[in-house]
Amino acid sequence: MADHVETLASRSTQADVPRQAVAVPRLHAIWRFCRRKPLGALGGAIVLVMIVMAVFAPYIAHYTYDETIRGARMKPPNAQFWMGSDNLGRDIWSRVVYGARISVTVGFCAVLIANLLAVSIGITSGYLGGKYDLCVQRVVDAWQSFPFLVVILSIMAVLGPGLLNIILALGFFGAANASRVVRGATVSVAQNVYIEAARALGAGHVRVMVRHILPNVAATIIVWATIGLGAFILAESALSFLGFGVPPPYPSWGGMLSGSGRSFFSQAPWIAIYPGLAISLAVFGFNMLGDALRDVLDPRLRGAGGRMR
Amino acid sequence: MRKYVLRRLLIATSSLFLASLGVFSLPRLIPGDVVQLMLEERAYGKDLEDLRAKLGLNRPIYIQYFEWAGRVVQGELGESLWTKRPVLEELGRRLPVSLKLGLLALLFSVSIALPIGILAAIRQDSLADYVSRSLAIVGLSVPGFWIATMVILLPSLWWNWSPPIQFTEFSVDPWAHVSQFIIPAFILGIASSAAIMRLTRAQLLEVLRQDYVRTAWAKGVRESAVVLRHSLKNSLIPVITVLGIQIAQILGGTVIFETIFGLPGMGRFLFDAINQRDYPVIQGVNLVIVSVVVLMNLAVDACYAYLDPRIRY
Repeated sequence: MADHVETLASRSTQADVPRQAVAVPRLHAIWRFCRRKPLGALGGAIVLVMIVMAVFAPYIAHYTYDETIRGARMKPPNAQFWMGSDNLGRDIWSRVVYGARISVTVGFCAVLIANLLAVSIGITSGYLGGKYDLCVQRVVDAWQSFPFLVVILSIMAVLGPGLLNIILALGFFGAANASRVVRGATVSVAQNVYIEAARALGAGHVRVMVRHILPNVAATIIVWATIGLGAFILAESALSFLGFGVPPPYPSWGGMLSGSGRSFFSQAPWIAIYPGLAISLAVFGFNMLGDALRDVLDPRLRGAGGRMR
Repeated sequence: MRKYVLRRLLIATSSLFLASLGVFSLPRLIPGDVVQLMLEERAYGKDLEDLRAKLGLNRPIYIQYFEWAGRVVQGELGESLWTKRPVLEELGRRLPVSLKLGLLALLFSVSIALPIGILAAIRQDSLADYVSRSLAIVGLSVPGFWIATMVILLPSLWWNWSPPIQFTEFSVDPWAHVSQFIIPAFILGIASSAAIMRLTRAQLLEVLRQDYVRTAWAKGVRESAVVLRHSLKNSLIPVITVLGIQIAQILGGTVIFETIFGLPGMGRFLFDAINQRDYPVIQGVNLVIVSVVVLMNLAVDACYAYLDPRIRY
């Protein structure tokens, strides 16, 4: 028992080390990650490019997203229009760049909501156990038994299209699966002796969950969030494709594949090709990064893969 | 075994009850007055109170639920606000289309995923392993609706041919009827096959490292027997779980693929209903989909008991 108390004590002194001192090993860790997991690093690079595109869209894009250029209807890709222009004479490259904003915003906000929900449900359910766990898990069962897309579509029909609604719907319904993952991790962490030690030292349940369990399931959460981001971006594009996402003229990658452009695809295939490539590449980046992070951070989770549900 | 299945049946019932609560409350989540919205959408005048009474919206919410559930149990799903046709009748026509699409997609997905997953596991770190794993991640990343769009678009550009997007009844032309499902089912199956393949590989790898497998090798058992008879069954339990979840995803995917490929199934029905805010239809389709998913999960649980006789909860 004394051992565990000592471990706890040494842990807290470790946490007191100033942050600057940690920065250099952290850079080193990133470098090591890149060398060990080149594909994961590639994924990370794609993600980084996408975020930069979203943040600096006005500086990267050649035109604004809804600018109609006279005499440039359905031009094939060339020096002026890198990805060609669409049926309304708008530059597709600029629209793809601005579209990254939607994907990044929806992805990150939805993951944040989903994670907050999943963590609070997963940790309490896994830690407290008993009847509470049983009841909560039945609710999660029902929550999961709705096919994701069907639910989100139905909810969007009720709420109406729009950025905020899509984020809320994705975040809320994406949480079910994540909560299972967090619960699983919590159950195994809660069996550790240091949890018992913390309780013996008089820590309350809330303190144990926040200070002792949460940091230990953080790796699981990070891995899930990375893969979840890709899945949410994919879901957003599907919703926008079906016409329930962000309303035009603001460009969403999925939305660019539907609407009035669809009847011009055979004359100007680039209208359909580039937004689809952008979605695929972005999701691919998040999946690769998530996979590599999983291998590095959380070997226990290896193989739990698949599209986030 | 029987006790286990009964227990799962009880849990499935509770899931179904909770899900039905969700389906029931869906139209009631709309901000503002549902009735007003419905009338506005339909654009021809009708008495507000009349519709309210017809929908039973003037009574307490729990009574509304029990009335609704009672009607549902008797197979009464209401009628479409738009076409005035009974929802159940329409569903009866459309369910087979979606089931054909879904089952075919599942068949594709499993028959691609299992052999490749097994191969990738027994030849770990070989070229085949890397290629199949990379392809799996690509399969998870590329949106199905884009593949579908490309599959329609590119052949029409290159060869002036495109897959059929006009629905043909079985009685009219059996071959055309079957073949129109193949392409959408294949694309629909890709994403789930990627997920199943990855899991099969990971699980099989874990089992192949167990002591009893080493014993089997040491006894001189043939590779096919070690993998297929000794290891595969034990590695399939999590795969079956994911398969259950994939069924839900495939059903969700029918919305997209039936819309793109012009198949008059449930997904398309739901999509049109959502566009027209046809709430009885939305409720009906959701209820059917959820029931199918819950039943499938029950089947999955029964499979567990077969695959692993130790499972008793």
